Amino acid sequence: MVSRPHGGRLINRVVTGKRREYLLGEAGELPRLDINMLRVVDLLDIAHGAFSPLEGFLVQEDYQSVLDFMRLSNDLPWTIPIVLDASPEELAGVKEGDDIALYYRGKPMAIMRVEEIYGWDKEEYALKVYKTRDQAHPGVARIMGMKELLVGGPIDLIGEYSDRFDPYVLWPRETRVLFREKGWKRIVAFQTRNVPHRGHEFVQKAALTFVDGLLVHPLIGWKKRGDYRDEVILEAYKALIRHYFPRDVVVLSALRMNMNYAGPREAVHHAIVRKNFGATHFIVGRDHAGVGNYYGPYEAWEIFKEFPDLGVTPFFIREAFYCRKCGGMVTEKTCPHGPDHRIKISGTRIREMLRRGQIPPPEMMRPEVAEVILRFPDPFVG
Amino acid sequence: MSERRGKYTTVSIPVTLYERIRKIIEGTGFTSVSQFVTYVLREVVASYEAQQGEEPFTDEEKREILEKLRRLGYL
Repeated sequence: MVSRPHGGRLINRVVTGKRREYLLGEAGELPRLDINMLRVVDLLDIAHGAFSPLEGFLVQEDYQSVLDFMRLSNDLPWTIPIVLDASPEELAGVKEGDDIALYYRGKPMAIMRVEEIYGWDKEEYALKVYKTRDQAHPGVARIMGMKELLVGGPIDLIGEYSDRFDPYVLWPRETRVLFREKGWKRIVAFQTRNVPHRGHEFVQKAALTFVDGLLVHPLIGWKKRGDYRDEVILEAYKALIRHYFPRDVVVLSALRMNMNYAGPREAVHHAIVRKNFGATHFIVGRDHAGVGNYYGPYEAWEIFKEFPDLGVTPFFIREAFYCRKCGGMVTEKTCPHGPDHRIKISGTRIREMLRRGQIPPPEMMRPEVAEVILRFPDPFVG
Repeated sequence: MSERRGKYTTVSIPVTLYERIRKIIEGTGFTSVSQFVTYVLREVVASYEAQQGEEPFTDEEKREILEKLRRLGYL
């Protein structure tokens, strides 16, 4: 049986049919709050159940509980606050209990019942979620640029969002049906924002040994400068799967979700979200969701000890490298040979080589994958 | 382990069990019997909850989803 949704019920706040038509008509008469693409992505994740049990943006009690205890006020594990910011001017005349319409680029995306409007301490947020106030951290910089107030309350999605990645995007209901059809009961999910190298392939295959299927779930959406572009990641994975995985053990699907670079907290968040997609296991990488030197390499493993009730099993697989003497990918645990025999799989080095238009050594990256990446004139976010 | 403050209630356990737990947690990351009991209960409760549950979609929704999955080449 695939994982039970977090909190027991898969949320669906997508409005369809006549009710949608009615709400679209009503939206024009409601106070309007313009939102950016980041909040649109949050809306989609809430409405389609990726953020179950959330039915909207956090109210203050939940917000504070997530910051202080990494749990919602009902005790369920939740580590990243999902919040909607607004300025006092934008909320002029809006009071708790009102409905407002959330607009993106002139079109109504959602109706929101305003349960609560409250102030927040961005420095507290930064210290508790990112463990730093340093604005060089991309997540902190983003938080500091947000507005003074937060608005909490449930949403109903009435707008549609569409882009070139639609064919890759499956929502939790869809992956759950897919896994059932495939007969998979134990599914391991792999979060990524990178193109695959041999180290990634090794951990995926190591995990796959113990389960029925692998969900490769690259995150598409806002990323920092220098990260791989979404289309590059998807094409690179398609090449890897086509050439190096058996048929019918892998599903490649894109996840529309914002990247926070919150290291350990975000590792737990990623696991919870994948549980909602039906995953029973989740691969937690070395320095998972980290950036710079803000988090220790295995801090994202340690944090899972605080959550005996997560409902999804983390897989911790040590960093892999290529051993010439063994003739394959190994870890410290499986290979007795010294550093002279080893080739370290360095994402930074691979990136530098690709930037220069060079194909990395096959011990680091499959040539078929590198060739696909190099077909893109600029594989990186500018 | 982060210990949660506020919003607590009391549950009674036998003193003998309390003493056994107190000995078990010596030298571990647990700083109190309550913290240990909370940890264990969360694990047990989550395991029980995992057995419950129902399909999050109707038969009609399932048919539509299957159609989409076939169209996109997932099946």
